[in-house]
Amino acid sequence: MSLLKIDKLSLKIGRLPVLRDIDLSIEAGEVMGLVGESGSGKSMTALAIMQLAPLSARTSGRITFDGIDILGASEQQMCALRGDDIGMVFQEPMTALNPVKSIGAQVSEGIRWHTRASRAEAEERTRQILDRVGLPEQKFPLSRYPHELSGGQRQRVAIAIACALKPKLLIADEPTTALDVVLQAQILDLLKELVRENRMSLLFISHDLAVVTEIADRVTIMRQGAVMESGDTARTLSEAVHPYTRQLALASTHVPARVRPTVEPDAANLLEVSGLTRDYPGRRGSLFSRPESVRAVDNVSLTMKPGASVALVGRSGCGKSTLARMILALDKATAGTIRFRDQDLTHAAEAEMRRARRNMQVVFQDPYGSFDPRHTVERLVAEPLFLLDRKIDRKERRDMVGRALHEVGLSRADMEKYPHEFSGGQRQRLSIARAIITRPKLVVADEPVSALDVSIRAQVLDLFAELNQKLGIAYLFITHDLTVARAITDDVLVMHEGRIVERGKTSDVLDHPQTEAAKALVSAAPDLHRAIARRLQEQG
Amino acid sequence: MTAYLLKRLLIGAATLVVASLVVFLMLEVVPGDPARLMLGMSASDAQVELLRDQMGLNQPLIVRYLDWARGLLSLDFGKSYTYSVPVIDLIRERLVVSLPLALIALALSTLIAIPVGLFAAARRGKAADTAAMAVAQVGVAMPNFWFALLLVYVFAVWLRLVPAGGFPGWGNGVWPALKALILPAFALALPQAAILSRVTRAALIEVLGEDYIRTARAKGMPQRAVLWRHALRNAMIPVLTIMGLQFAFLLAGTIIIENVFYLPGLGRLIFQAITQRDLIVVESVVMLLVATVIVVNLLVDLSYALVDPRLRTRQ
Amino acid sequence: MSDAMPQKPETLAELIGRALANRSFVIGLAITLLIAAMALVSFFWTPYDVTRLIVADRMQPPSWKHWFGTDHFGRDVLSMIMIGARNSIAVAFVAVGIGMGVGVPLGCWAAARGGWIDEMLMRFNDLVFAFPALLSAVMITAVFGPSAINAIIAIGIFNVPVFARVARAGALSIWPREYILAARAAGKGPSRITLEHVLPNIANLLLVQGTIQFALGILAEAGLSYVGLGTQPPMASWGRMLFDAQTLMMVAPWLALFPGCAILLAVLGLNLLGDGIADIFDPRTRRRA
Repeated sequence: MSLLKIDKLSLKIGRLPVLRDIDLSIEAGEVMGLVGESGSGKSMTALAIMQLAPLSARTSGRITFDGIDILGASEQQMCALRGDDIGMVFQEPMTALNPVKSIGAQVSEGIRWHTRASRAEAEERTRQILDRVGLPEQKFPLSRYPHELSGGQRQRVAIAIACALKPKLLIADEPTTALDVVLQAQILDLLKELVRENRMSLLFISHDLAVVTEIADRVTIMRQGAVMESGDTARTLSEAVHPYTRQLALASTHVPARVRPTVEPDAANLLEVSGLTRDYPGRRGSLFSRPESVRAVDNVSLTMKPGASVALVGRSGCGKSTLARMILALDKATAGTIRFRDQDLTHAAEAEMRRARRNMQVVFQDPYGSFDPRHTVERLVAEPLFLLDRKIDRKERRDMVGRALHEVGLSRADMEKYPHEFSGGQRQRLSIARAIITRPKLVVADEPVSALDVSIRAQVLDLFAELNQKLGIAYLFITHDLTVARAITDDVLVMHEGRIVERGKTSDVLDHPQTEAAKALVSAAPDLHRAIARRLQEQG
Repeated sequence: MTAYLLKRLLIGAATLVVASLVVFLMLEVVPGDPARLMLGMSASDAQVELLRDQMGLNQPLIVRYLDWARGLLSLDFGKSYTYSVPVIDLIRERLVVSLPLALIALALSTLIAIPVGLFAAARRGKAADTAAMAVAQVGVAMPNFWFALLLVYVFAVWLRLVPAGGFPGWGNGVWPALKALILPAFALALPQAAILSRVTRAALIEVLGEDYIRTARAKGMPQRAVLWRHALRNAMIPVLTIMGLQFAFLLAGTIIIENVFYLPGLGRLIFQAITQRDLIVVESVVMLLVATVIVVNLLVDLSYALVDPRLRTRQ
Repeated sequence: MSDAMPQKPETLAELIGRALANRSFVIGLAITLLIAAMALVSFFWTPYDVTRLIVADRMQPPSWKHWFGTDHFGRDVLSMIMIGARNSIAVAFVAVGIGMGVGVPLGCWAAARGGWIDEMLMRFNDLVFAFPALLSAVMITAVFGPSAINAIIAIGIFNVPVFARVARAGALSIWPREYILAARAAGKGPSRITLEHVLPNIANLLLVQGTIQFALGILAEAGLSYVGLGTQPPMASWGRMLFDAQTLMMVAPWLALFPGCAILLAVLGLNLLGDGIADIFDPRTRRRA
């Protein structure tokens, strides 16, 4: 008998159907991957198993866990199951822990609640489990508070909470999505080990096929609240019989067809950065001592030719976004110079900067946060036209916005709409339209596709490639995702702790990394083909 | 932690200094000569001049401010123009009415509001919550002095349970004195309790939507335990902030309420002083109340650090 | 992966529909309009002339002739309440105007500039918060004598840090957004960004705070007039009416009942209106709807 069996589970919130006839089963000791794009209902399925779905949700069908009918169970029975037989880890480690309770208290709370153990016993078990998840007491005493830990460490605490009582089933909902690739690999290894040691079953939810392939024995693929396909991981993904599975697999390994624009090797440099440094005031030891500063960017130099496409890769917190903001003159450098088209930006007054700003624009990560919700698309896309020296009239402005929208694959009629009327992928197109409306020479893109679903991501990457070719725009792509770097850039800079530690042709660096930092990034990066090959090999 | 405490202390002290300057200068621009006022219109110019010298009124402004401030620190507020007794004595005999009144009101307000807020948040959206919040909504809108009049009418005039006003003094036993303070304290406390219960409920509901509440539920904790162990402490910061502000309102409120109940407290003192243009008394009482508000806000700031560990390690 | 669903577009008609479905908003608006209408009508017409004292009609309990009774001078209480509404609204309106006019620019400025300017503003807030409106009214009255104008100034001064704080907190939550960065990349300076992006996005917050401070202003004015520091007789004001009623409570309780109800109703209406507006614009309730 399966440990967890879901039969024809349907769930509605109000009149909105969220899940339709979900079937899913997990055997004892098995790892099930649940894959789908946003809105596919994968998180809601997990919450339904825990009976933690919103109160307004109405369910039908049947969920059986270890012989217990979950949908018919009382709240009291569910409390006994949760945290004891079923543990759960959520996506966002920064907010998943109570900020006013020590990590020891938060881990031991569940232990004491379920086992009625004494304080001392519970603390002993807490010590063991925290040690097991990689937070030994010598370095991480139980009295630590969440804000004293990094994101990866907090996710370890969350895993310790979920696994403290060796549950029969662990549910992990996108547990690594908020982490960078190196941390992701560490957390995945930890989960694999815990599952093996304790003979737990694991329901692993992710949007990332490569990650799921690395960890799951079987996969279930969901779309718009329904199960598309389910089966053995390696076979399902390598054969890709179901059209949606094939579409997902293709999209996640998509490389845009890109004709390299001819970059004149002896053309004048578009951008020259030399010795750039940025310090932030740090924590003060006492009121009267000078605060020690934190060096976010440390003596960075780089050059870019017109039309070049360069990736800046590194782990989260390595200083890559700070560097980008300084290049865009949105943040002041502590030392060093930035020259853009032979103009010194580090010492220019805002008025002198207008010409430079016109020639460099920016695309941000979050397709939701990068537009003022109260402005029309026309006003939003036209915003950089403020930088033109001459005043333009309404008609000319509409023509320019219309052309920019056309170039990114949207229609002229879209300019009357508001940003909330667009999907995430369309918004990222709007963002690109805004960036190219002044015909800039350089576009800095800060993780422009990492918030997008894989199929949308492929389309947006295609758009970037096309514009590079058509308009000769140089790109500085900031990303932690090596597949993106490989897909769209010719050169790569690897950044680590504020410094650029390695640079070269993208394919050379990614295939033969030299430094430790680059090696760690490359080996941790999930890769669908590699993962499938490894699985097939293991299975013989 | 020490850096945080020190910073708050310094800010509190600086605010106090600037506030004392404001009070001093404000009453400095007042028309009329205090010496003339004390001696009356019949006094000769020479007598007035003599008194001005004695009171230090002929000194430069800065010297007078420093003198006055030094006096404040040693609780020597000067002499009342009309009563010709040290102001500190006047304040001392009025404080034994006003301070207990404000403290009882604060305690009542907190003891009513926090349980009601918890109760309503735990039953969010249900009939009990709606009813409690409807009552609170009316309570917030209730002018405290009008509520006081209604209380007097019901409990003193109709039911004759408590005196309608006046204060027997603590000398005649604690019970009669407390009895005289019950209605005023309720009149002050209930509108404040209404505000505080709404804030408590809103803060709890906000916190109950946080991710870590879901983590706690996934641990197997029942709703009620999650509310008490995880939500309440996180919701305390906005609640403490409002309590600090409320203390200022309660102090100011005593000024009005004492007039309804004819209580011989600081509020009555200040009004008598205004009508008699006894400015040194006005100045001293205002300064005392302002200092109390500043100190209470300082205490609230410090209590944040007890509730929130993030403040203990950050600067 | 962001699970935030894109919000559906909302037309003005839908917004009004949602507003009318909100119970707090509808009740609050109705009460507020009623009080405002009373104040407006009082400029042209009141049931009786309150400047004429008719001794024969003094201390009449409520009747068909005098709905709310008459006072010790024979004046009609309903007419006085209507004129009092005018007074309360005027005082609260100007006080909110002072608070918004000074506080919002200060708060926005502090949020835009940060650093020591922001720190100075916070310290200024601390300072003003140390003087509850009633205390500054006491001081101002002690210096300049009691009048409605001084009451307005005292309440207005207290409103300044309230609005500065709300505007600053709102603006600080807007500034880190990526669309602000995009505007900066488009060469726009802090004041232009504040006007184009920050203010429109914190307008709801300010509107809600405005109704709350309006209600508090009415309460404060009534309190000040009650203790004789606000509106002076013969101008009718709700607080003053309650003061006059206090000594007559044994014989004429209606004199204390009706002005109190007027204050309660006005404040309740505004608070409900504020709650309603906050609900309507709250993105969370919006998604639920």
